Amino acid sequence: MDLTLNVWRQNGPEDKGRMEAYPVFGVSPDMSFLEMIDMLNDQIIRDGGDPIAFDHDCREGICGMCSMFINGEAHGPGRGVTTCQLHMRSFKDGDEITIEPWRASAFPVVKDLAVDRSAFDRIIQSGGYVSVNTSGETLDANAIPVPKPVADEAFSAATCIGCGACVASCKNASAMLFVSAKVSQFALLPQGQPERASRVKRMVDQMDEEGFGNCTNTGACAVECPKGIDLSNIARMNRDFLKASADGE
Amino acid sequence: MSNNGFLKSSLAKKYLMALTGLFLCTFLLGHLAGNLQLFIQGAKGQQAFNEYAEFMTTFPLVKILSYLTYASVLFHIVDGIMLSMRNRKSRPVGYVKEKGSANASWSSRNMGILGTIIAVFLVSHMQTFWYKMHFGEMPMHAGLKDLHTVVLAFFSPENSIGLIAVVGYVLAQAALSFHLVHGFQSGFQSLGLRHPRYTPIIEKTGYLFGIGVPLLFASIPVFLYVNQL
Repeated sequence: MDLTLNVWRQNGPEDKGRMEAYPVFGVSPDMSFLEMIDMLNDQIIRDGGDPIAFDHDCREGICGMCSMFINGEAHGPGRGVTTCQLHMRSFKDGDEITIEPWRASAFPVVKDLAVDRSAFDRIIQSGGYVSVNTSGETLDANAIPVPKPVADEAFSAATCIGCGACVASCKNASAMLFVSAKVSQFALLPQGQPERASRVKRMVDQMDEEGFGNCTNTGACAVECPKGIDLSNIARMNRDFLKASADGE
Repeated sequence: MSNNGFLKSSLAKKYLMALTGLFLCTFLLGHLAGNLQLFIQGAKGQQAFNEYAEFMTTFPLVKILSYLTYASVLFHIVDGIMLSMRNRKSRPVGYVKEKGSANASWSSRNMGILGTIIAVFLVSHMQTFWYKMHFGEMPMHAGLKDLHTVVLAFFSPENSIGLIAVVGYVLAQAALSFHLVHGFQSGFQSLGLRHPRYTPIIEKTGYLFGIGVPLLFASIPVFLYVNQL
């Protein structure tokens, strides 16, 4: 396959940035999207240029590092996949592909396609944990009964890999799907109850502080989420935050 | 626990949007119930509609509800503008290529524009009928302000802007329809009211409400205009 890539190039956080076109030849349909970018970077390096900076790590869809807004969608046209799981067979020979970084004031561009997602880390630090006494008397988690459907729902919320596709897809750059998943994975379980009210309050406050937008309930986040995080998590967060605020948290 | 005030939080703004929006949905039902009397022809219809208009402007409980409605409209608009401004700030640099249609409905992505169209309509609508009824010169009929004649004369081929008024009214109702189809069920989600069994019912109700109510509203000026041809 021969393709034309329109790639966002930005030398650093202060640079204005611009789109640049790159032709790539002989792309195999079996390549992952990232392997295709690797190929392009090899070509750029051979030509003496500066390779395109992009985030990636596990390349098996579990780490959440790879980002890229491809042809107007987070992680490209596929559903339930990260960019490393997107294969070139999703495109046709001669296609023109536009590749941009996640766009959000809370995710500033570091270089080219790499953005700083540490805002998510600060939201987790603000309350996305359970305080457990580790003095040696730790209760075995399996000794606490949890109904299977509830455990499954909590697990589904916990599958969020924090990639930021929800923020990138949302027309408001809202982080509510991410935050609500991280709130829900604890709110559903007995271990999460003692800090349930303070957790949702702190995490929402931190989310606002980071400059993410509001939720218009378009549902774009859940459609583009590689892990299929459900909108019911946002409703749970809305409920919990209202209750926590009413309780004077 | 936290330094941020509740009212300043993004979620509180959404609760306000949802509560005022859903309250305004009940207002629409009340308003529609009255307007439907314009379908009654002749002197009987004139009397019924004028009595309704009199009741709406003088009955104390309705007065309280009307002040709640004015407040809701105002808060819904101001809150909506504040949310939009914040959202715009959250993405200062946009995408070169963005395929919004791939993952979200058109109405959900255009609530601000739809709301603006409705607000513009509201100003003109209130100026034409509400202001006249409350503060303007009104013809009288059987001891009541004759709003019926004013409405019929406005949506009439005799009126130089009658046809424009009918078309404008229908277009505004179309905008309202798109706004409601997303807004109705969105309000419940914002308030955290989501349940695997009830949410599909809420969504269906939202569709019925969002299409049915504006359709009935829009049918009235069309009927009046055609009837006077």
